[in-house]
Formats: sequence, structure tokens, C-alpha cells
Amino acid sequence: MSRRVTIAYLVGLVLLLLAPTLIYPILVMKVLCFALFACAFNLLLGYTGLLSFGHAVFLGTAGYVTGHALKVWELPTLVGLLAGTVAAAALGWVIGSLAIRRQGIYFAMVTLALAQMVFFFFLQAPFTGGEDGLQGVPRGTLFGLDLANDINLYYLVVAIFAASFWLIQRTIHSPFGQILKAIRENEPRAISLGYDVAKYKLLAFVLSAGLAGLAGATKTLVFKFATLTDAHWHTSGEVVLMTLLGGMGTVFGPLVGATIIVTLQNELADKVGSLVTVIMGAIFVICVLAFRRGIVGESLALYKRMIGQKI
Amino acid sequence: MAEDCILETTGLVKEFRGFVAVNGVDLKVRRGHIHALIGPNGAGKTTCFNLLTKFLEPTRGDICFNGIDITREAPEKIARRGIVRSFQISAVFPHLTVLENVRIALQRKLGTSFHFWKSDRSLDLLNDRAMELLTSVDLQDCADMVTVEMPYGRKRALEIATTLALDPELMLLDEPTQGMGHEDVDRVMQLIKKVSANRTILMVEHNMKVVAGISDTLTVLARGSVLAEGPYAEVAANPLVIEAYMGTEVDELASPAGH
Repeated sequence: MSRRVTIAYLVGLVLLLLAPTLIYPILVMKVLCFALFACAFNLLLGYTGLLSFGHAVFLGTAGYVTGHALKVWELPTLVGLLAGTVAAAALGWVIGSLAIRRQGIYFAMVTLALAQMVFFFFLQAPFTGGEDGLQGVPRGTLFGLDLANDINLYYLVVAIFAASFWLIQRTIHSPFGQILKAIRENEPRAISLGYDVAKYKLLAFVLSAGLAGLAGATKTLVFKFATLTDAHWHTSGEVVLMTLLGGMGTVFGPLVGATIIVTLQNELADKVGSLVTVIMGAIFVICVLAFRRGIVGESLALYKRMIGQKI
Repeated sequence: MAEDCILETTGLVKEFRGFVAVNGVDLKVRRGHIHALIGPNGAGKTTCFNLLTKFLEPTRGDICFNGIDITREAPEKIARRGIVRSFQISAVFPHLTVLENVRIALQRKLGTSFHFWKSDRSLDLLNDRAMELLTSVDLQDCADMVTVEMPYGRKRALEIATTLALDPELMLLDEPTQGMGHEDVDRVMQLIKKVSANRTILMVEHNMKVVAGISDTLTVLARGSVLAEGPYAEVAANPLVIEAYMGTEVDELASPAGH
């Protein structure tokens, strides 16, 4: 990580540790789950140039697997989280292997189609509870701390988010990340330099799916239930919106985008009802038309221009 | 004399839905030569390049590199064998720095390209070699520049440095001087001459001055087939070639030093 990013990361972490004294912790945890989801998605879209349009399937799958592991198999909390993450990564390997054979819009369509297949499986499968969802998932304990207590759980969620965020940053700034950027920038050139680009794309896809899964698993723990909504293509669309709004290919963009969207939905849901969807759509249109680099991207560009003028 | 041939194609054919772009090309590239591939637009030069580097699958025919049949290999495998190509439109990674561009080519040898948990500082040990390569194409002062901000001629020089980073036995350059001003053309011409030591170069080139100036052998393609092959003077005198190049191009062939 560059020094500026490290400082922002540490400041953010301190703010997160203090947040529950001011803000309802469940809301912050929800924001963090979606922020992690969006950061994982950004690893693919922003740094590899792959638009997966079925990413919610990983969020949803991990939610169900973790819920089932905790509720039915009564596994320890951490094992349950791990099970969800691994399941999502494995599904990512299957969907990724099929999708990376195509490029651009066809890649997006393949991911969407496969995600829809899994969605209908969840709708019909007996263990998911169909439209009712998988309810009454116990949070369990961690190192003797009862996670039914929101504050205890809150610090676990912050730790998960902080570690995952660090891992994503590390991946972006790793030898592997360099090759991902090369593929994003000029795929034929990367091939002509001897890189088997399919393998790099697949690993990026699996990493992203696994981290999206960790977000879904954590979300199940927070809300004590896994829902069909998380696997729905609406959620796949929402994560695109979060990433674009915040700024794709920027470090903090997805975090900012997820915060805005989740907070807005939370605040507006009981005030304007189903108009929320219209407002989200309007935000998307404005974002695409007026500030394509997203909030963080545009701010960085503005900052660079100001620095440039001073010199 | 078979070992003198680094690359040999026999009866290479590429058909696109009834249109034959490359029609039975037998090409022999001799080790250590600068071999130029010329021909009017649509003659199949770039298609040939794409076949040789397996960016396209040949319909028929064989490609041999150093006596090994590589006709069915994947493009990245071809690159690892030592055949590295450039592209007609400058092939750089625009939003990476100039130094990073060269490092991408160097880092494969480290074997850590899948290590997502490692810091990219582990790549810094390649910086000296990358700077050497940049110096060899006179780009040492641009190392930290974001590539997209560089002028066109320098991007092409960077592309050559990146290709050189793999130390290829055979370099394939697709129109290395296309779209350049006179000064840049001279510079790139000297550069190609310089890097041709200890390696073989096959290039597609339209600029007759470059072809006459540095190529050892010349193959003329027309409508997907080889029209003539040999040293420049011999080929330029060939009536078939003169006929294929109508109008001004005839003058260019006859008096390459005229520009």
C-alpha cells in the first residue's frame, strides 16, 4: 500500500472502532458487508477489467451455506464463516472457468445466466426455505464471547472487513496484481509476452468470489438469516452501482459507494417505499452521465489538477 | 542447411468463410537475418503474423520453429519458445508507468506472477535490468512517466524495449515505423539494426527506405501468396513485383534513397 492509502486505512479503522458509540452497529455492519462485497467486485471490474453480472450469487451461496452450517450442523461460528467462503470460491471456480472463455458483454451474460440458474436452484431447494429464507441462524460464540451481543459481533465484523480489505489491497499491489492490470490494459500484448491470461483471470475470479462469499457469510451472521434477495440479480446490479458510484478501480471507491447506497436505502425505505428503486436508478443515470470516474475517482482527479496548478 | 532456418512454413493457408487471406505460403526465415515482409494492402502480411504467433489458427499447413512443429501450440506458449511479436497499433500498457511496462515482461521469469500475497516491492530487483533496457532505446528519462502521456514514437520504442526484455530468438515487428515522422523512422531503423545482433527479425514494413536500408532478405506477398523472395536489389528489379506495386510505389521501389 502507498503511504497515503495506509494512513487513510488506519484513520478509517479508528473511526470504525469508535462508530458504535454514535451509530446503530447493525447498520454499520450491513454497510461493511456490502462494502466488502463491492471491494471484491472491484477487484474484478476495476483491476482486471472483467464485468461479472452475477456476483450476487456468491454473496447468496455463502449466506445459505454459512446459515446451514451454523443452524443445522451446529458448527462453530468461524468454521461456518469459512464454509460459506470456501463454497463461494468453489462456485466461483466453476462459473469462472466457463465464463472466462468469452469476453466483454458475452462474459457478463454468461455470468448472469449461470447466476440465475443457481438462483432458481435456491428458490426450489428445500434447505433454503424458499421465499421465506433460512431463518433463526445462531451467531454462536467466539473465544468465549457471546456474539448474540451486537457489540461483540461488531468487532468481529470490523476485523473481518479490515483483514479482507488489506488482502484486496495486497493483491492489487502484488506481482499477480501487476499481471491483472496488464491484462486489463492490453490483453493481446499480455499473451504475446507469454502469459496464459485465462489462468490469471480465473484466479482473480475465484479470489473475488471467495471474498464476496465472506461478505455474504458475515451478513448472515449479522441478520441471523439468509435470504433469496442476496442471490437475486437485483443485488448483482446494486454492486455494479456501488462500485461505479464510488469509483471503479480506486481503492476506497467501492467502500464509499456501498456506504451511500446502503445508508440511502436504509433511510428512505420507510419514507418513500418503492420509490427507492426510482431514486437508485436516477443516481445511476447521473453517475454515468456526469461523473464517470465516480465520487472517489473524480475527487482524486480534482485533487491532482489542483496540485498541478500550484506547481 | 536446415539448421540455418529458424522459422519455416510449408503450405500455410488461412481461409475466412470462403475468402483466402493466406494461400499456400512457404516462408523460410534464416537465422540472424532481418527479413522483411512487404506487399500491397490486403496481401495477407498481418494475417501471416497472426498465424505465426498463433493469434489465428491456420486452416492448413505447418509452422516449424528451430525444427519443432509449433502449428498447434497456444500463443503464450509460442512466446515462451522465443517468438515475440509486436503489433501494428502500438502495444503498450497505457496506464502503467514506462518502467512497469518493461517489468511486466521481465517478471514472468521470477515465477511469482501468481503470488497475490506478496508485495510488488519484490519486483524492484528487476528495476536495474528494466532501466538497462530503457536506456538501450533511449527512454531512461521517462521511466516514471505514465505511458499514455508519451508521444507515439516513444511508445513504439518502449514496445521494442518490452519485447527485448524477453530476449527473443525471433522478433516479429508489425510495421514498426508506421505513422512516424522522418526523425523517428531513422531512430527506430537504427534501433532495429542494433537489436538484430544475435537474433532474427521478421518485420512487416511499408517504408521502402527502411526495407532497403536494413533488411537482408525480402519476401513480397500479393493476394495471399509469395510473389518474389530474395535480396532487395533482386526483388526490386522483378517485373512481377513492379506490376503489383502500381503508381508511386514503383518509384519508391526503384529509388529507395529518394526520401
